[in-house]
Amino acid sequence: MSFVLVQVIVGGLLLGAVYALFSSGLTLVWGMMNVVNFAHGDFVMLGMYVALMVYTLLGGGPLLGAPLAIVLLATLGIIVYFGLIRDVMKGPMLAQILGTFGLALLLRYSVFWWFGANFNTLPANLVGGTIDLFGIRIEASRLLAGVVALLVTLGLHLLLTRTSLGSKMLAVSEDSTAAQLMGIRPDSMQAIAWGIAAGATGLAGALIATFFYIVPTVGETLGIVAFVTVSLGGFGSVPGALVAGLLIGVIESMSAYLIGAVYKDIVVYTLFLGFLWFRPQGLMGKL
Amino acid sequence: MRFKGIVGLLSAAAISVTLAGGALAQDKTVKIGALFPLSGNAASAGVHAKAAIEVAIDIINNAHPELGNFPLAKNAGLAGLGGAKVEVVFADNQGSPATGQNQALRLITEEKVVALTGAYQSGITLTASAIAEKYGIPFVNGESVAANLTERGFKWFFRTTPIATDFAKVYYDFLTDMKAAGAKTDTVALVHDNTEYGSSVANVITTVFKEKGMAAPLDVAYPANATDIQSQVLQLKDKKPDVVLMVTYTSDAILFAKTMQAQDYKPPMLLADDAGYSDPSFLKAVGKISQGAFNRSSWSLGPPGSPTAIIAKMYKEKSGDEIDDTAARQMTGFFTLVEAIDRAGSTDPAKIQAALKATDLKPEQLVLGYKGIKFDDKGQNILASGVIIQLQDGENYVSVWPKASAEKAPILPYKGW
Repeated sequence: MSFVLVQVIVGGLLLGAVYALFSSGLTLVWGMMNVVNFAHGDFVMLGMYVALMVYTLLGGGPLLGAPLAIVLLATLGIIVYFGLIRDVMKGPMLAQILGTFGLALLLRYSVFWWFGANFNTLPANLVGGTIDLFGIRIEASRLLAGVVALLVTLGLHLLLTRTSLGSKMLAVSEDSTAAQLMGIRPDSMQAIAWGIAAGATGLAGALIATFFYIVPTVGETLGIVAFVTVSLGGFGSVPGALVAGLLIGVIESMSAYLIGAVYKDIVVYTLFLGFLWFRPQGLMGKL
Repeated sequence: MRFKGIVGLLSAAAISVTLAGGALAQDKTVKIGALFPLSGNAASAGVHAKAAIEVAIDIINNAHPELGNFPLAKNAGLAGLGGAKVEVVFADNQGSPATGQNQALRLITEEKVVALTGAYQSGITLTASAIAEKYGIPFVNGESVAANLTERGFKWFFRTTPIATDFAKVYYDFLTDMKAAGAKTDTVALVHDNTEYGSSVANVITTVFKEKGMAAPLDVAYPANATDIQSQVLQLKDKKPDVVLMVTYTSDAILFAKTMQAQDYKPPMLLADDAGYSDPSFLKAVGKISQGAFNRSSWSLGPPGSPTAIIAKMYKEKSGDEIDDTAARQMTGFFTLVEAIDRAGSTDPAKIQAALKATDLKPEQLVLGYKGIKFDDKGQNILASGVIIQLQDGENYVSVWPKASAEKAPILPYKGW
């Protein structure tokens, strides 16, 4: 195996980990509440702007930006749940789609209005520059995002499978009326789920900001990847999103290097559709 | 419920006030439609274009004696139409050819504009100008470089900017000169996105280089608005071309700059085809890690007190950014259009079209370093030209080629960061 190919695979894995990181919040909301959140990419964008503000106003890196993004976005997630989602969930599917899509545009163009359309970036040495490992170059910022992706996946998985809060949340997603009869308040559980999902998404944004460009429309570019990652991983499966993210990252990088970048999406989506043909529930989802 | 009802009513009221406001426009105005990407991934370019047009409107509608003989500056409004003011209706093409087409239709049929300008991305200029052609409305473009735009036999489309073929020749001459000065320029890699702009410019460059007897450039195509371009940078690192020619919009240009740094890859020479590399936000974001990048331009700032210097200052006050080549080219397209309307002394599209055909602007009447503006039968400006500039300090470009008009000598190799 050629040396460059190793670099391509390493790059693909790191890219995939980032995909997984910003998909975990989406899979949670999608799987638990059957709500397709079209504003997901814009939540990532908000997290990026939190990191940018922390850097420009306070000179701080992700150590400060990431926790702040979690708190702010989790709060926003809960507000969005009570202000919008709770109501549109009672309506038809179309209301959810249009509701969250409207939210996406509102967030995107509020940021646009306040910050302008300019592209921003954080300096490359904010998270330790690039590590040279026997000639394989790894950006510290991407490595950090990758490690956090693993931790977030593990954390969310443990939360859902090992804690009573997780069991209650799952109970609400299985049958909210029955859960209510058992003394669980669906409203609170779903608000918590939104808070956690938005917080995780904000964290993803704050970390991605350290190596990607920051612009109000960045959610459009990233959002679509999150949807594919979640569908491939299985709706609602957090570990599924991780595996799917890594797979997509490596396939994208390999096909871009070996066949050409303009064909990489054809390769990824052909495999994706072919896979869903055999396993419509995704890698680790349940039917 | 009551609260929601009130909010609803207020929103409706706000909307109707806005609409009524639009209808109250004065009688003596000339309405022109301007299509730009005001949202979407190219919004940064669109917002700067809007600022450029607004500066031009200020110059046209108010008296600016300090600009001397600059066209339309001396008196307020258009002298040829009894001092009529120019009103520009901006429309957002959202970075999509289909939206651009719909917006062009709306501007023509509902806003009743007498002429159109825009639309930044070549692919959108392509669709929007087709609508103008169908309705017989003049469309003047100042910035889209895809060669085929003026190869469609259109009667209502005029373009002031130099096009891809002109620039391909500029690149060839520049590289030949650099080679004579001792630089290695034998292998060229052409990095471009798959939009109308990226693929058509790449095509033209390849054809021109081949005609001139150079080896065909290595083609590195990628889908626009990429999430990751590591593989392409690794391809370049692997193939080691002497020159990397970048044909990219802002978002991808930034990713390339960052990824090249992460992969520690510096081509010996990096030459950019305007677009992303001219965007002020590209310079702010990654200018410091793109030191030594060559770029093409038609803009050059004159001495203090010259019309170009005054206009550059007005632009900076309006937008907060330095004027760049793209904004100046857009402004030039718009001035050319309005100058023709003024000369036509009428808002009748056919008369404007006839005036555009007779356009003969001199270099001192332009904000750009063109040799003038004069259209051929296809509507292409035959006096357009360009120079090569270099980002030597990572903040501002200086002109380096051709030697006659250069501020500084070109520096090699590409420094990066």
